[in-house]
Amino acid sequence: MDTESHELIAAYALDALDDDDRRRVEELLEVSAEAREELRSFVEVSAAMAMATVGDSAPSAGLRDRILAGAKAEPQVVVPFERPATRRVRLVPVLGAATAIAATIALGLGLWATSLRSDLSTTRDALAHERTVGSVLADPSARTINLEKTEGKLVVDGAGTAVLIVENIELAPAGKVYEAWVIDGDIAKPAGLFPGGSGRSVVPLAQRVTTGSLVAVTIEDAAGATQPTSSPIVTSSPA
Amino acid sequence: MRRSFAHLSDEALVALVARGQEDALAELYDRIGRIAYGIALRIVRDDRLAEDAVQDGFLSAWRTAATFNPERAKASTWVITLVHRRAVDLVRREQRRRADPLDDEAGASVADAAGSAEEQAWLGFERDRVQRALAELPDPQREAIELAYYGGFSQAELAERLGLPLGTIKSRMFAGLARLRELLDEPLEAL
Repeated sequence: MDTESHELIAAYALDALDDDDRRRVEELLEVSAEAREELRSFVEVSAAMAMATVGDSAPSAGLRDRILAGAKAEPQVVVPFERPATRRVRLVPVLGAATAIAATIALGLGLWATSLRSDLSTTRDALAHERTVGSVLADPSARTINLEKTEGKLVVDGAGTAVLIVENIELAPAGKVYEAWVIDGDIAKPAGLFPGGSGRSVVPLAQRVTTGSLVAVTIEDAAGATQPTSSPIVTSSPA
Repeated sequence: MRRSFAHLSDEALVALVARGQEDALAELYDRIGRIAYGIALRIVRDDRLAEDAVQDGFLSAWRTAATFNPERAKASTWVITLVHRRAVDLVRREQRRRADPLDDEAGASVADAAGSAEEQAWLGFERDRVQRALAELPDPQREAIELAYYGGFSQAELAERLGLPLGTIKSRMFAGLARLRELLDEPLEAL
């Protein structure tokens, strides 16, 4: 590796890069075993630096309870048992870098797998779908927004990429489909179709969700619509 | 009644977390939570924000435990990295740097740490070892890596704040981290 690569990896291990440089490192990690080894050794050093801060005041007792309560409410990403061998060596989960995880693993989604597979036509689409969902859920800075009118959540990562999770919505009537919308002011943009059905519907949204955006779901004809034609049956709280 | 996980490695705990075992997550928190909080607090300088960073980091670990690869890092390192990233995101977003991260925290005693006496002793031992290693670094290198890792500053921010060329910051950061790696790898008596 050249000097620049060494320097980038060191800075990555210290979380001292901006987003563009982070991505450059993640691309390098995909192709270079040497880079991965360098990073492995550097993150152990930076974690040792974390050890040097022990002795400051302790967290409140309530933090542990909040984490466990949060876990009960949070879905988990599940990696399928049969992972393509060529992808296995490219796992970069160490840094919790959502983009790296999403780009390098064929993520399966456990509980969600059934509903995901049933409404997607091709493996390629399914993979892109799962990567988006996995990326958003893996982002430590993702925000979770509760839905109104039905049980579920909207999860939005730091870049505004969003996944809508709707619980126990009944199967759309024959010839109809659920359509998600991202609404900013007076403008509603179509953000994805899903069939509903028992269990959980997981819908990566095709539009970014920013502060002030609302996400809504309407019932539309099976081909989908370009503007909502009915009242929303689901809305998000203001983001 | 909670199962006993005392005999399990951190990596084994993460494997159980990946299968949805909340009590394994609780054990992981009991082992690493204090360190995670320490580093988060150092960065964000605010009790509530530090707890937010720890919570977000642990929940990120919960969600993505299945993607953890023990060949890439120790489990504790992985969790700390998640918490650190979140704390840095928070401090950069909220511009909450209110103190010089080079200042040593007051007290720095582990006497009030949760856990067994052995655990407290080990935490104190490790902390002292790393602090001694940091103290051996040339000042410019130490400054660069401490401001980055404890201060949450990016390379570009550091170059601006210190009035130095970006290339200088990059090379100091790499040299400092590489030297620290050597120092921490040395046999104990060498420190």
